[in-house]
Amino acid sequence: MKKLNGIKLKHRKNTENCATVDFPVPAEVILPMSMHMGAPCQPLVKKGDTVLVGQKIGDCDAPFSVPVHSGVSGTISDIIDYQTPMGAVCKAVKIQTDGNQTISPDVKPPVITDKDSFIKAVRESGSCGLGGAGFPTHIKLNPKTPIDTLIINAAECEPYITADYREMLECPSDIIGGINLVKSILGIKQAKMAIEANKPEAIKNFTEMAANDDTIDIVTLPSVYPQGAEKVIIYNSTGRIVQEGQLPADQGVIVMNVSTVAFLYRYMQTGMPLVTRRLTIDGNAVGEPKNVRAIIGTPFIELLNFCKTDIDSIRKLIGGGPMMGMSVPDINMPVVKTSNALLAIKTYDERKTSSCIRCGRCVNVCPLGLMPAEIDKAYRIRNIQELKDLKVLMCMNCGSCTYVCPANRKLAETNQLAKALIPRK
Amino acid sequence: MEKLIVSPSPHDENYMKTSTIMLNVIIALIPALIAGCIYFGLRSLVLTGVCIGSCVLFEYICRKMMKRENTIADLSAVVTGLILALNLPVTLPLWMAVIGSFVAIVIVKQLFGGIGQNFANPAITARIVLMVSFPAAMTNWVAPYWYKAADAVSCATPLVLTGTTDEARNIDLFLGNCGGCLGETCALALLIGGLYLAARKIISLAAPVSFIGILFLLSLFYYDSVDYALYQILAGGVFLGAFFMATDYATTPITTKGKIVFGLGCGIITFIIRQFGSYPEGVSYSILLMNVLTPYIEQLTRTKVFGAKEAAEK
Repeated sequence: MKKLNGIKLKHRKNTENCATVDFPVPAEVILPMSMHMGAPCQPLVKKGDTVLVGQKIGDCDAPFSVPVHSGVSGTISDIIDYQTPMGAVCKAVKIQTDGNQTISPDVKPPVITDKDSFIKAVRESGSCGLGGAGFPTHIKLNPKTPIDTLIINAAECEPYITADYREMLECPSDIIGGINLVKSILGIKQAKMAIEANKPEAIKNFTEMAANDDTIDIVTLPSVYPQGAEKVIIYNSTGRIVQEGQLPADQGVIVMNVSTVAFLYRYMQTGMPLVTRRLTIDGNAVGEPKNVRAIIGTPFIELLNFCKTDIDSIRKLIGGGPMMGMSVPDINMPVVKTSNALLAIKTYDERKTSSCIRCGRCVNVCPLGLMPAEIDKAYRIRNIQELKDLKVLMCMNCGSCTYVCPANRKLAETNQLAKALIPRK
Repeated sequence: MEKLIVSPSPHDENYMKTSTIMLNVIIALIPALIAGCIYFGLRSLVLTGVCIGSCVLFEYICRKMMKRENTIADLSAVVTGLILALNLPVTLPLWMAVIGSFVAIVIVKQLFGGIGQNFANPAITARIVLMVSFPAAMTNWVAPYWYKAADAVSCATPLVLTGTTDEARNIDLFLGNCGGCLGETCALALLIGGLYLAARKIISLAAPVSFIGILFLLSLFYYDSVDYALYQILAGGVFLGAFFMATDYATTPITTKGKIVFGLGCGIITFIIRQFGSYPEGVSYSILLMNVLTPYIEQLTRTKVFGAKEAAEK
């Protein structure tokens, strides 16, 4: 089997032994109506309304979308226009919390009779991929082609982040429960839980837990970034190649993030929708790096203060990991469903970009075998046919090329800009 | 708090810079330079200093005149000057070396856009220009340790000599104890430098191994003598060319497949020139010719994209 390229990164998993701490209810939460991939929701509440924990406050008719729920009880203080770090524009609901955390009467375990009621319940849970991409879970679990393998993505290949790792150590039975739930309802025969080799304790625990279950395999992935990329993890755990233009389901595979599958299990038990999540707070401006379970909508600044961060020294704030995370433009932005980490970086010297020296490092590290240096050249002269031939549309923006470039060329960024030049059919 | 920096991912980088790479190449060439000093005396250092100094100066002036950003800090001009010096006979008049630097930096490198943009190897091209302009001075070889003798002893480069070869001669060649350009004679020093660069992952061994390998095999089949085949790869500029010029980033293919094709081409052309040409040495020409072919090799040796449909959209 061909080995895919990748890069060795410093793991910097400083928080791997930090048990999750609950962050207290903040005075105010901000809930953007777009925290997932797909159509943004419309608020179902208006200024002055009171809401309870678990109450749905935003929804959308579009199938490719997931509803938004409140994680606090309190009063709607405002509905504002909001721009996400991705640049999307949507409404956001501000809730003044009352501190009582009264649970909504709507929160009750869903009744599952068949696949349809399951998919419906998954949608109502507000679940989307918790690994960072935010793909709606109910779409992922409702593929058009038969699925024989469920892959649980527990690679967590980005530096710093240990949120999924803590899920594995703290809630292993929820994960196994979630795997069995998805397997039984979708009729999937085999599950493979793929964990990167830098998490030996998780590998050991799950190997023991699944020892008597033939239908769950624990796969150890090499500690090479980007193991968690969908195509890479599918190939490294099943040998299957998701072809250009295909979805994983076309290869009979569904890939789910480990925290998402554990959340689904808990939702089916309690009926509490996705209103909290675990995230890693780290970075060199953070005094006490932690894993925090926060109510979705909690402003980042409160979490940073909670982790004894030197706020004045922060030069860059990253939502997610250092390789694929988004720059956060405003420290008052809230935790969203896809926030698996918040990194506050204080020293940030951007090196100057210089000419490509054609060293080929970008080509040698691209897991997909793309040629970023050539794409860069074709992009500069706007050669669209050449960009197509170089398969720039397949780039998954893992950032390895930019990372290794000695001339500090922003190759991954160029790939995304180049994609935009190619007309979509 | 200052305004937050907002930029696209990734937000982390490794610390290998262009100048780090160039510095490593300089370090890798030091053994060859030391060997040159031992065999050919301190004039080696003077010649090297003039080449490096003039290369850096030409680069600085060029960038200034073109109103472009100054790039001497990336050390690539130092590398060019150093490689050029190692490609010259130690007796070369210094003003000729300056002309070589001019050709390398101004004509070959900066007129095509500077670092990474040149299609031909600057040092090789400069050597060839000097060779055809000043053939006598460029082939004025002296014997090793000539500086200790009362009179300078002229000596032919081993490739010009005919006659038998033996193991002892090959050991001399391996250690560099023979006539030739100041940095090309000591295969051992060049090998140390090349392996250092490979270990630091600065260069891939694909091109040097295929270059030296094919030259060895062709010579072996042609002469049916291991000693003679070894002599072919140890004499002349093969090691210098294979490890330091056939691995130049800008002028050789990016992919491993391409590098192998490049190395094989260099080896074959070197063999043909040496055996059938009217010219004793073919390394420089072989690399230059392959430099010219590089864009075509690149087109034909692109990587296969993982999971991509074959170019059906064309």
